Amino acid sequence: MLAKRIIPCLDIKDGRVVKGVNFVNLRDAGDPVENALIYDKEGADELVFLDIAASYEKRQTVFDMARRVADVAFMPFCVGGGIRTLDDIRQLLNAGCDKVSINTAAIKDPSLIKKAALKFGSQCIVVAIDAKRRSFERSYSSRSQDDFSVEKSEVYINGGRTPTGINALKWAKKVERLGAGEILLTSMDRDGTKDGFDIPLTSAVSTAVNIPVIASGGCGKLEHFYEVLTRGMADAALAASVFHYKEFTIRQVKQYLKEKGISVRC
Amino acid sequence: MIAIIDYGMGNLGSVAKAFSAMGAKVSVTEDPDVIYKADKIVLPGVGAFRYAMDSLKKLGLIPAIIKNIESGKPYLGLCLGMQILFEKSDEGRAKGLGIFKGKVIKFRFSKNQNLTSAKPPEGANNLKIPHMGWNQIKLNITKCPLLKGVPDGSWMYFVHSYYAAPKDGSIVAATTNYGIEFASMIWKDNIYATQFHPEKSQGLGMELLENFVKL
Repeated sequence: MLAKRIIPCLDIKDGRVVKGVNFVNLRDAGDPVENALIYDKEGADELVFLDIAASYEKRQTVFDMARRVADVAFMPFCVGGGIRTLDDIRQLLNAGCDKVSINTAAIKDPSLIKKAALKFGSQCIVVAIDAKRRSFERSYSSRSQDDFSVEKSEVYINGGRTPTGINALKWAKKVERLGAGEILLTSMDRDGTKDGFDIPLTSAVSTAVNIPVIASGGCGKLEHFYEVLTRGMADAALAASVFHYKEFTIRQVKQYLKEKGISVRC
Repeated sequence: MIAIIDYGMGNLGSVAKAFSAMGAKVSVTEDPDVIYKADKIVLPGVGAFRYAMDSLKKLGLIPAIIKNIESGKPYLGLCLGMQILFEKSDEGRAKGLGIFKGKVIKFRFSKNQNLTSAKPPEGANNLKIPHMGWNQIKLNITKCPLLKGVPDGSWMYFVHSYYAAPKDGSIVAATTNYGIEFASMIWKDNIYATQFHPEKSQGLGMELLENFVKL
């Protein structure tokens, strides 16, 4: 039976791992390769590297990092941030990367998803969706405010700085149609809060599409993993700071989930 | 020398690195001459079946691959490199190399179908496509040389939406369950192929690759 995946995320800036809350107040947190090796040993199912300050001039830094990671870590990893063209994708895959995650470029030109999926296969095209619930006045609908705000979640781009006016659920369905193989869903409301993943948002997206969904943003406790992989319907859970600051290890998370009857690899 | 065939289908970096890490001499190549001269060939690849076959044709690599296989040199197909050994694929209605009888078909699950475990965990998901992540292999042919030191139930890394359905069940070296039980590894004589990615499956995947180097 397919295991639920536990995925540590490494935010990268200028080739270094950094950590901050809601993409601000960044602190240096070491070398990506050293971090990757530690997570590899701990039993991470996959790694995600997000180049949070990606710029055209610094593309090469990311390709080099991917190459260095692939040299030592024989596990799947995904690189995202600043990917704009088919050539960016090809270079990353050739560097040893298994998946690429596209966010802003996909919003600006959705056909990139389709072209990339046709050329490289859906399985390596992850679309990252940074979603934020919109604060609406209470509607006349009989449904709860919670359901309403989930349905009205909005996609943000440019590292969470720019609202797009695009509905997150509709966008999730659209990227699936275009050929995305997976969705990396980050709740901007929860990111950095440690209050837990956004369960209603995650389950809404996960049931709307038929491709795997990685939930991200808000993890602070072991229970949060269980919640998002069950009620949240997520296929994988991603976390950064709890692993990075060693609040608990990946092994602890897996042991906990296993005891709770979740299929994990350990 | 192990020739790793480069036909523009990604994933080559990691395969080459995995072999190099165990001291094997590898050449990542799109040159038919290098392939002819190689002791072993590896056909990796993720992506679209039709595009892969078109690329192999365009680069003129098919005769070299077939000749190597026919001459008895060990062949290792990974993921797409397993699928194209078959006659045809549903993916883009493309023809494969036809070395084995059978075709490559897409996973199809009706919505709301539960994972086929005895006791699905609370809130078990629908089966998503692609089949992506870690799953276990059930060994069918334990004496397969590539499976030496790889126990039944080993976790391997998968990423695919299509799977091969061999007509000849005797070539199925291992199976995996994802809604259905499908062939996750095949072996016949000098031909080995896995649907999973040993180069991404950490220790036990590396074990399998090392067995191939030692052949």
